[in-house]
Order: sequence, then C-alpha cells, then structure tokens
Amino acid sequence: MTVRFSEGGELAGHTVPVIAPISGDGVLSLLWLVIALPALGAAVILLLGNRRTSAWAHLLGTATVAGSFVISLLAFLALLGRDESERSIGQTLYTWVEAGSFRADAALLYDPLSALFLLLITGVGSLIHVYSIGYMAHDERRARFFGYLNLFVASMLVLVLADNYLGMFLGWEGVGLASYLLIGFWQHKPSAAAAAKKAFVVNRVGDIGMALGTMLAFVTFGTTAFAGISAASDRAGEGTMTVLGLLFLLAACGKSAQVPLQSWLLDAMEGPTPVSALIHAATMVTAGVYLVVRSNFIYETTEVAQTAVVIVGLVTLLWGAVIGCAKDDIKKVLAGSTMSQIGYMMLAAGLGVYGYAFAIFHLLTHGFFKANMFLGAGSVMHGMDDDVEMRHYGALSRAMPVTFLTFAMGYLAIIGFPGFAGFWSKDKIIEAAFGENLIVGLAALLGAGITAFYMTRLMLMTFFGKKRWADGVHPHESPALMTVPLMVLAALSALGGLLLLGGFITDWLTPVVGEVGEHDLAVAPLVLTLIVTATVAVGIAVAWFTVGRQEVPRTAPTEVSFLTRAARADLYGDALNEELLMRPGDRLVTGMVGFDDGAVDGFVDGSGGAFGRMSQRFRRIQTGYVRSYALSFSAGAVLVLLALLAVNLT
Amino acid sequence: MDATPFLALSAILFTIGSVGVLTRRNAIVVFMCVELMLNASNLALVTFSRVHGNLEGQVAAFFVMVVAAAEVVVGLAIIMTIFRTRRSASVDDASLLKY
Repeated sequence: MTVRFSEGGELAGHTVPVIAPISGDGVLSLLWLVIALPALGAAVILLLGNRRTSAWAHLLGTATVAGSFVISLLAFLALLGRDESERSIGQTLYTWVEAGSFRADAALLYDPLSALFLLLITGVGSLIHVYSIGYMAHDERRARFFGYLNLFVASMLVLVLADNYLGMFLGWEGVGLASYLLIGFWQHKPSAAAAAKKAFVVNRVGDIGMALGTMLAFVTFGTTAFAGISAASDRAGEGTMTVLGLLFLLAACGKSAQVPLQSWLLDAMEGPTPVSALIHAATMVTAGVYLVVRSNFIYETTEVAQTAVVIVGLVTLLWGAVIGCAKDDIKKVLAGSTMSQIGYMMLAAGLGVYGYAFAIFHLLTHGFFKANMFLGAGSVMHGMDDDVEMRHYGALSRAMPVTFLTFAMGYLAIIGFPGFAGFWSKDKIIEAAFGENLIVGLAALLGAGITAFYMTRLMLMTFFGKKRWADGVHPHESPALMTVPLMVLAALSALGGLLLLGGFITDWLTPVVGEVGEHDLAVAPLVLTLIVTATVAVGIAVAWFTVGRQEVPRTAPTEVSFLTRAARADLYGDALNEELLMRPGDRLVTGMVGFDDGAVDGFVDGSGGAFGRMSQRFRRIQTGYVRSYALSFSAGAVLVLLALLAVNLT
Repeated sequence: MDATPFLALSAILFTIGSVGVLTRRNAIVVFMCVELMLNASNLALVTFSRVHGNLEGQVAAFFVMVVAAAEVVVGLAIIMTIFRTRRSASVDDASLLKY
C-alpha cells in the first residue's frame, strides 16, 4: 500500500498525508503488550496495596516499563526495516463501544510519530523509574508511588497509540488522573493537595475542548478514527474544521500548560521531582503538541486555527521565559522553562508542514534535556535536605560533581549551545518562524535570548558563587541509582541533535505529517544560526553581569522592578483567573444561593407558613363541645339534603 | 293506605329528637333524644316498607334496633363512668378533647 494524498487537502501548495494503517506481524503484533505491561504493574501494585508490595513494587514497576521499552525498541527497529509506505501499522484489539451507528474499536496505530513517542515515554520513563528507586528510598509510600507511575506510563501509551480520538481521550484522562495523584502525592502538605486540585480543575477546562472536539469529529465524519477523518478531511467545511481545530487547541492548552490555561504547571512542582521530570517536563505536558501534530489533517485545512496555535505558542514561550527569570525556586524556574519550550513546540506545530517535524524533534530533545535537568534538580534537593530555594545554594559544583556535569549538559542543550541537542531543534524552529513572519521570528529569537539568561542565572546561583547553605546542610553526591540515569540523559542531551543528521527525523515523519516545507529566507540559514547564537551569548552575558559577578543575597530583594514583581507572581496569571473567572463565578453562585434562599425557599416556606397560620384559625372549630359537633352534623345533613333536592328538581 | 300521617309523625319525632340533642345538656336526656331520632327513622322505614309492599324497610328497622340496643349498652356505660369521675352528667363539662 502506498501513502495516498487526499485530493482536497491542498492548502498553500502542499498536501496532507492520509493515514492508512496496514496490519503488522512479528514484534509489531505485540504492540498491545507495550501498554499491558505497565498497566499490569499498576494494577498489581495498587490493588495489593502499599504494605503488601513495598518490598518489590519498585522492581516490578521498573521492570514493566523497561519491558515496554524493549518491545518499543524492537518495534522501532522493525518499522525502520520497512518500506516508507508501509510504516503505518494498525492493530484492532476488540470492539470497545458499539451503540447504533456509533462504533469505537480499541485499536492501536503504530506509525513513525507514535514510534518516537513510544521510545521517549518508555525510555525516559525507565530512566526516571530507576532514579525514583533512589530518590524515593526513604518514603514509606514508595510502592504506591511506583503504582501511580506505572499507571501514568500505561495511560500515556494509550494516548499515543490510540488510533482514534476516543481512545486518545481515554489516555488523555488517564494521564490527567495520574498527574493529579502524583502532584498530590505528599497530600499531607496542604500546598500539594491544593496544587493537585488546581491541576485537575484547569485540566478539566481543556478536556471540555477534547470531548467536544471528539463529538464534533464524530458528528461531521461519522467516525473518530484518524484514518477515517484524514481521508475525509476535504469533505467538511472550513468552518467546521476551524471549530475542530480551536477545540483541540483548547485541549492542548490545558494539557500542555499553554496560555491561558498555564497556571497549574508552576504549582504542579509540589509533586516529587521525578514526577516533575517525567510528567511535567518530558511526556504528559507535550501531549498537547502531539494532539496538534497528530491532527495535522485538521489544521492544514484551517488557517484560523493554525494562526491561533502560533499565537498561543508565541505568547506562552515568552510568558514562561519571563516567569523563569524571576523565580528563586529551582523547580519553578524549570517549570517556567518547560512552559516556554512547549511554547516553541506549539509555535512550530502551528507553522504547518514547515514546523510539524521540528515540533516533534524539539519535543524529543526537550524530553531528554529537561528530564535531565529536573532529575539533576532533584539530586541537588536530595543533597540540600529538600531545599528548593536557589538563594540557599551556591558553589555546589564541587560538592556534587556528577550532578553538576550532567546538569551542565542539559543546560548547554536548552540554551542552544552549538552542537548540543537544543541547538539543532530550536534553531530549526526559529528558522521556520522567520520564514513565516518577521514578528514571529523576532519573538522566537527573543525567547531564545531570555532562555539563555534564566538558565545561566540558575546555573550561576546553584553551582557557582559563594556557599549560601543553611546551617547543618552538608551537600553530598547522590547514589549511583540516581546519577546513572542522569549520565544517560546527559549523553542524550548532548547527542540528541544526531536525529537531524541527514534529515532523518524529517524523512521519518513524512508519512505522518507530509514533506517538510522550505521557506525562502531573506538571509542564509547559516547567518540566522549565527544570529541566534549571538542572541544566546548576549543572554549569557547579561546573566553573568547581573548575577554571576555580584553577591547573591540569601533573601530575595524586595526593591525590584515592576516586571520582576510581575514575574514572581507568575505574571498575574492566578490573579487574572481570579478576577475574570473565579470572582464573577463566585458572585454568580452567591447570587444563585441568594435566589434559592430568597425566592425558592421563600415561596415554599411562605406557603407552608400561610397554611400553618390558617390551620391555627381552623383548629378553633375543634371546641370539645359534643353539641356543637352535633350541630355541624345536622347542618351537613341538611346541606346534603338540599343538594339532593336541587339536583332532583333540575 | 295513606302514608302521610305516619311520615308526619316520624318527622315530628325526629325534629323533637334532634332539637333535644342540640339543646339539652344532660347526657341521659341527650341519649333519649338520640333514641327518639332512631325510632323516628324506624317508623319512616317501616312506613315506606308498607308503601312499597316489600320487607326491606322492616329488615332495616330491625338492624337499627339492634344497633341502638348495642349503642345504649356502650353509651350508658360511658355516661356512668363519666358521672363517677366528674360527678356530673353534663355533656358540656366533658370537653377536654379539643384543640
């Protein structure tokens, strides 16, 4: 079977590939096992409970994910050996829902895009599981932690392997649940419980988009399968496609912490650090990017929705970067940075065929270097008695050499130091952004500069300068269980750019997202690369002069500019939500309670009271005098008699 | 047979009875008036039975008599008990069961 191109899918001179899965054999028929293994691990650990499994749950949890990684790797190799046109593998497990004309199969789709995600999720997931064995060693609820982690991995795999939006929604909700459980893992802390609730609520807003989008897709196309929709994408009107695109964008905003649904990610750092690395950096928060890239057959037909994706990505990449500049909590800097980097991916995804492949490329490299840095931050916290305040760090490069060196790899990767993974992926996105529009390009370039600034600031405050440690803190290097995953991820951060070698990543994704478009740039790509690198150097220099050369105070200065204050308050995202949504909602609810108390209860209570008062009068008739009763009997009898006479006479 | 005198007598007796029930306080007198009303209605029943030439009215009269006899037993017992406790046979004195 060859890759078909839909006739009507053309827009601005390019085409959208149609997904047409074929059945696989050999290891490719074992795809269900990739999901089943971690799901089994989660079921065993969570159903048996923490106490009964505490001796071996971490081994089981890690083994199941590692098993999934092995299968994913074998499947990837099998896919690599196939002809480009035969790389879309479908596998129907059973009929999930069948009601009238509605039918949803529990079916898997394994194509080049899902293959990369499978490797990222199970690969980085395995490393983080290993790391967690050491990181959570002293937590008495470690078994439960591994149960939740396995649940997360299984859900995430469902999300990327589903061949229809309904199955994707299942995984989408599953990762949301796992994220909620893991953010609030230390639920004895009120802040963690509140953060978990916040993440859950904000994600629900996005999920509305996902649910409505799925329904609209079914109503429009009669199916929710990617194959069916991509083949018929030219048949729907542009208006419908725009609505679909915007609904899925809302979903992506919720899951990927994009403006305006960004506020939960910073609070989500209350969870254990491996969770931040796996869920809130490498995998789950990139699900929104996956959704947009996966739905390219929708976005290619609607320029409005594409522009919206670009705007969301652009705003978020600057938003997150600015927040990252002012935070003193190491995890929150990384969270702001995650938001910003996902903004880059969204931006790329919104650029259509010019960006899809690079969005996924940046997603992969970001998965490597951000997981690396989060785990590194966890290692630092491990040595600093769980202190996250960077103003209490300083001079840790000597105390924790392995953590420092691995973190440095991640740092060089994220700022885009030439040769490292982020250099290749971010450069491509900025290039595509300049091709789209000068303003978009300049904003992306500015983002790169800010990224260099806040990451250098983080490095300087954490690993260099003078010791500002709290009394009684003795930083020490973490155990090998934690440093080995760091080294692997550091190597990936350094070498991730190799994926671009010979255009591998773009060719690989062509069957899913189409040929990469080429813009005519005003300047040569090499010049642009030099400009980007120069901007990065400026960012580093600014950080060096403002942070590195000066004494870092142990407490945050209060006499700061408006921008710093705003960035410390997450650019007033929460205040905005509170003013625009929570307060009016509160007023609405208060009003409704008032209406309920006043009008509804007033009517019910009032009529009841009226009848009560009436009864007070009427009960006086019950005098206790037998003769008055007799009189009423007689009167009644006379009345009945008169009535009978009246009826008979007429 | 002309039924009018009988019915007139029945009506007169019933009226005397009912006026007695409504106006007299002594429970025994009230009781007797009730009996008077019952017997007035018995008379009416028997008269109509005769007019229609069947026995149904007479059977009904017998039922009324039986019920009246039973009622007298119970009623007099109640009046006796009230009189013993309150030293009075006035129906207006026994007015505790009220609002």
